[in-house]
Amino acid sequence: MSAADWTPAWLWLAVIASGLYHGVNPGMGWPLAVSAGLMEKSPRALVAALWPLTAGHLLAMLLVILPFALLVAVVEWQRTIQIGASLLVIAFGLYRLANRRHPRVLARISPAQLGLWSFAVALAHGAALMLVPIYLGLCRETELDSGHQAAGTLINANLGMAVLVAIVHAAAMVAAGGCCAWLAYRYLGLKFISQSWFNLDTTWAVSLILVGAIALALNVA
Amino acid sequence: MNIRPDPTFHASPKLAMEAPPESFAYTVLLSPDSSKPDALAVIDVNPNSQSYSQVVHTVTMPNKGDEFHHFGWNACSSSLSPLTGHAFLERRYLIIPGMRSSRIYIVDTKPDPTKAAIHKIIEPEEIFKKTGYSRPHTVHCGPEGIYVSTLGGGGKNGTDGPPGVFMMDCETFEVLGRWEIDRGPQTMHYDFWWNLPRDYMVTSEWGLPPQFENGIVPEDLLSNKYGHHIHFWDLRARRNVQTIDLGANHQMGLEVRPAHDPVREYGFLGTVVDTTNLEGSIWTWWREGGKFHAEKTATIPPEAAPKEQLPPLLQGFGAVPPLVTDIDLSMDDKFLYVACWGTGEMRQYDVRDPRKPKLAGSVHIGGITRRTPHPNGKAFGGGPQMVEISRDGKRVYWTNSLYSTWDNQFYPDGVPGAMVMANAKPDGGLDLARDYWVNFPDGYRSHQVRLDGGDCSTDSFCYPSV
Repeated sequence: MSAADWTPAWLWLAVIASGLYHGVNPGMGWPLAVSAGLMEKSPRALVAALWPLTAGHLLAMLLVILPFALLVAVVEWQRTIQIGASLLVIAFGLYRLANRRHPRVLARISPAQLGLWSFAVALAHGAALMLVPIYLGLCRETELDSGHQAAGTLINANLGMAVLVAIVHAAAMVAAGGCCAWLAYRYLGLKFISQSWFNLDTTWAVSLILVGAIALALNVA
Repeated sequence: MNIRPDPTFHASPKLAMEAPPESFAYTVLLSPDSSKPDALAVIDVNPNSQSYSQVVHTVTMPNKGDEFHHFGWNACSSSLSPLTGHAFLERRYLIIPGMRSSRIYIVDTKPDPTKAAIHKIIEPEEIFKKTGYSRPHTVHCGPEGIYVSTLGGGGKNGTDGPPGVFMMDCETFEVLGRWEIDRGPQTMHYDFWWNLPRDYMVTSEWGLPPQFENGIVPEDLLSNKYGHHIHFWDLRARRNVQTIDLGANHQMGLEVRPAHDPVREYGFLGTVVDTTNLEGSIWTWWREGGKFHAEKTATIPPEAAPKEQLPPLLQGFGAVPPLVTDIDLSMDDKFLYVACWGTGEMRQYDVRDPRKPKLAGSVHIGGITRRTPHPNGKAFGGGPQMVEISRDGKRVYWTNSLYSTWDNQFYPDGVPGAMVMANAKPDGGLDLARDYWVNFPDGYRSHQVRLDGGDCSTDSFCYPSV
């Protein structure tokens, strides 16, 4: 498959799919929403907990993608940036494979600071970084149309695209995580928490490497 | 690392109660004169087994004079906390501190409890150097790894600076350092526990090493110099948020037992002795409007006794104090068990209304003057001491020794190691099981009990029982 076959539709699908993948992963926080709902004996508390979880995830995405959005304006280096980003994601995946320890700083965050926790966990696990190659793939299309436009317009276009990618991803994430939380809370019961909790550490690291490798292959091809 | 969470990790206390019953108990053994190394005994507690109530394996330590007291697991149900990211640990290693030596043994209980063996030894120097604390005591698995409370600070006497809690890595067992960032007025330590979703810790006070290592110091006790405060902490900020003085006469507040259901914001504390009248007491603490409160909710009177039947320490009083040395709360938060080590009684309180405990059951065994034998006819030295309840609340196990030098003061005839079990009725009531009697090796005393798969003083939960 050449880079030209990698259409925006597929890339948007990847943004949504990665959002769903992050959402169903208990490590990204849906069991916290179950806990909040059960502790307060109210489905409202469950829904209320989903907001900070989403906001934290969204902020982490933006924090990582925005610098790339600015870099993309340097049109002549785009290929280098793409390759650099792919290598960065691969390197982080390899680091996650080698270092299996969970960052202790995450355990220092109070259960009341759900937004901060979600932000920190998305950064620490590389969830935000995973989105970068997909985002840069989408920018390739804007480059074709606006390659000769003034740099200012280009930056605006790419910032807009970055925000859109982050929002779509976060929406997919909260939809999937919210469903899991609601099902556990309303129908499946607490046993579902431990039954559905798979150790995704390896899968997660491999996913990062895979996303980076695909992006790299498309750019080198 | 597992692919799925350890099957002994339970999201709620209710799920823990529904889990299969215990098959093995682990009891620490103490050589009171340090003539032999301390040991860990593995006891078969499966009633259908041929070796029921027998020691089926012993892990003997390589050093002498450790003085084993309390111990705990490297991981428990608290690992299912969605905040911690430790869900794939195994409940596998027992962390056994030597209270006198400040040495810590890590014992691996897998693949089979009857093959348990030492995995790692942490020498005292490492603990002194990295924490400034000494005399490690209570062990809990929690959000940042393994938490260990200490009874001593630095220096030979353990009085250079206050004691506190230190942290260990739950995978490498590396000592990480002190837990406290702001200890407020806290200067003594004994037990600690917490409410994870509500994010607070509660700690209690015994006394400093010179007040317990060579035995109870009567002058210090009569001048109310042992601990009598209960401290509340912000668990993640590691900050003291409130301290309550129980009153100087309420000497030695020991075990802290929060409700297991994290939605319930209360718990219990036992105090050993009231110096004005020798009573033991149960305290209920709770949080309301962001503040903690504590009040005395049950008292246990002393029993009059002729002077010649009393050890020298008590002869001036003409009475036996109950000496509330351990309490334990059943997993459903319904019954609080209270060990009266002096009078030789195990009490069961109905605490469904936590500020109005009602006596629901009682058995007598041992005791300074009563010396009640076991129903099987055997003599029981000492009195009921460390108590552990099965997860389902149906079986209550206990041992008889408190602490080597204190045993000798209150029970000069000795405290041969014993462990018994009582059956608890669902609506209250206790009966000693005739067929449960553990013979420990000669010369050993028995202390804390842990049950495989968790028990009522180990696991903390992040989800309520619904």
